[in-house]
Amino acid sequence: MQETNMLTQIGLEHYLVLSAILFSMGMAGVLMRRNLIVLLMSVELMLNAVNISFVAFSKFNGNIEGQIMVFFVMTIAAAEAAVGLALAVSIFKRFKEVNIRFFEHLKG
Amino acid sequence: MSHQVLIAILLLSPFIGFLLNGTRFRSQNYILAGSIATASVFISFICSILLMLNLVDSPVESRRLTAEFFNWIAVGNLKINAGFVVDQISSIMILIITGVGTLIHLFSIGYMHHDKGVTKYFAYLNLFVFNMLILVLGDSLVTMFVGWEGVGLCSYLLIGFWFTDSQKAAAGMKAFITNRIGDAAFIIGMFVLFFSFGTLNMFELNQLAPTTMEASWLGAATLGTLMLFIGATGKSAQIPLYVWLPDAMAGPTPVSALIHAATMVTAGVYMIVRLNPMFVAAPNTMMVIAIIGALTAVLAATIGLTQFDIKKVLAYSTVSQLGYMFLAVGVGAFGAGMMHLMTHAFFKALMFLGSGSVIHAMHEEQDIRKMGGLKKYLPITHTTFVMGWLAIIGFPLFSGFFSKDEILWQAYSSPRGHVMLWVAGAIGATLTAFYMTRLMALTFWGGSRVDKHVHPHESPAIMTIPLIVLAILSVVAGFIGVPHVISEYLGHIPNYWEHWLEPVIRKLPELAGSEEAHTATEEWGLMATSVTLALISAATAFKIYTSNKGTNEKIAKAFGPVYKVVDNKYYVDEAYFGGIINPLIKQSQNLWTYIDVNFIDKATYWAGDLTKGAGSLVRSFQTGNMQQYAMYITIGVVIVLSFVLMR
Repeated sequence: MQETNMLTQIGLEHYLVLSAILFSMGMAGVLMRRNLIVLLMSVELMLNAVNISFVAFSKFNGNIEGQIMVFFVMTIAAAEAAVGLALAVSIFKRFKEVNIRFFEHLKG
Repeated sequence: MSHQVLIAILLLSPFIGFLLNGTRFRSQNYILAGSIATASVFISFICSILLMLNLVDSPVESRRLTAEFFNWIAVGNLKINAGFVVDQISSIMILIITGVGTLIHLFSIGYMHHDKGVTKYFAYLNLFVFNMLILVLGDSLVTMFVGWEGVGLCSYLLIGFWFTDSQKAAAGMKAFITNRIGDAAFIIGMFVLFFSFGTLNMFELNQLAPTTMEASWLGAATLGTLMLFIGATGKSAQIPLYVWLPDAMAGPTPVSALIHAATMVTAGVYMIVRLNPMFVAAPNTMMVIAIIGALTAVLAATIGLTQFDIKKVLAYSTVSQLGYMFLAVGVGAFGAGMMHLMTHAFFKALMFLGSGSVIHAMHEEQDIRKMGGLKKYLPITHTTFVMGWLAIIGFPLFSGFFSKDEILWQAYSSPRGHVMLWVAGAIGATLTAFYMTRLMALTFWGGSRVDKHVHPHESPAIMTIPLIVLAILSVVAGFIGVPHVISEYLGHIPNYWEHWLEPVIRKLPELAGSEEAHTATEEWGLMATSVTLALISAATAFKIYTSNKGTNEKIAKAFGPVYKVVDNKYYVDEAYFGGIINPLIKQSQNLWTYIDVNFIDKATYWAGDLTKGAGSLVRSFQTGNMQQYAMYITIGVVIVLSFVLMR
């Protein structure tokens, strides 16, 4: 009963705070880390933070749309990971390192 | 065939000729080019005759054939159709244009056969005829203006036809620019008339024209007609814009005959006759027209006395004769003006073509001091030229006599005439007789001064036939408009001309109710005076210029400074250059070196620098560092969100 009570005490705010914390961490990673792999992981973190808030809203509002949206986000995240990792591989092949600054060579 | 179809063929035939020749303008097949051009104008001539017959057959009230092809402009109150009208006035004009035009096209085949640009030449000539027909047939001032500009363009193209000679190219530009000044006034005239009467259709304008005379100088009719007349001074070479016509002789001689003698330069006279009710309502304008016409007639005739270029003499003669036409319309003698327009078209086209024949025979020599005694080499040219000479000096019973005499009589007797206008006209006629006889004597008569290497020869038949036809017309054309006093002695020939034009000419309001104030005796007396003066001066010129050599120097010495001033054309060109053109150029240069360099250039440099600076400022954001871009996005999001949340 105690456990159930604790669970019911967890409201929307908690989910949103968690989501915000995760999003901020992801964003900090994207803005500050130089390693492409870490960068991609940070982007995943941001996307999943958004997913959490989607699901939370869906649950608390009692409708299904938010959860449907999450599936789309996950699909896109998978595609994005595939493309991003392919880029990481190709940049590694060329420079023996996966530092983001090598992308500056793409500048015209 | 209905008259619409005839009018369409009349207009389009020369245009098709222009297209046919214009698309193959490099060809040098002068027979093909000449045949196409001549045939297309001849087709128009046949249409003109058919239209004329149609008019003659219709009752007097319905002598107006109209053809409206499409709506051209419809903006608010301004409605202009592509409408063309053949009535008593324009039917005469189209007969002259296409009839004389056909003869001149024919002559050109012989005259231009050695020229490399012969096809281009015929294309231009056909385009000219097309535009001239639009000018005379258009039913509104705007349609007329299209033709007005079109003939100006063709005139420019044909004056500068031999454009590799920079002097001839400059003559073309002079004609074009001088005409633009007049055209600007013409447009202002249209504005004034449209503003006051609400239409530009000439037939509606004529109906709306005030029936009372306008005393003010700033009335709608006076101001509008005055502006239109300034336009006419440009096109018809009157003071102060006549300076381009003598220079226009740089073009091929048949062009001078067609454009600068017979048709285009008479457009101004035609325009005034076409709008005669409007001009009648503006006595002040009429007075200006008559004075300008009389002055031009005398001034140009005096310059003609001193010229040695055969074409220049004829050019000043044309300016002078146009002055007579303006004198006529200025005193309200619209019929006499039109009559002189027609007879002048015949005899001046004849003399220009004759001078072309002479120039052809003399291998491009135009200086009459190097001619003389050409009579025996060029019998046909000489005989026809004599007919033209007799016509222009007003020898009794030749065409010029009837028309010029009618003008002089009207200048004296019309309520808007004045004895001084008659005196000016008579002086002009005397001078005309003198310089034309001088031209004849120096060219055809007296001893030969021809260079030994030049062997003059008569022109081929294709050039002499037009001369003969025009000579016949120059002799007999006057008999369709015999003044009343003379016809009594010639078996009562009716004055067909006056009867024909009567319904479309508005009578001067002063004439209404008053009895004939002038007697036949007066008319006979004035006629005898002017004819006698002309004959005496012709005889004097004949005596002086056929007798001995070195005459020109003697005359130059005898008149001293007067001769020098006249020989230099009264320094009018110099005055225009000194008073208008050079100050304008100087002022423009000042504007360029001061305003342009200091302000306009600086402003553009400043704008350029500003753009460049702004660009380099923004460029620093574009580093190519992806994380920096992500940072910008983040900062943007934070700013937007903080706005949204803090509101």
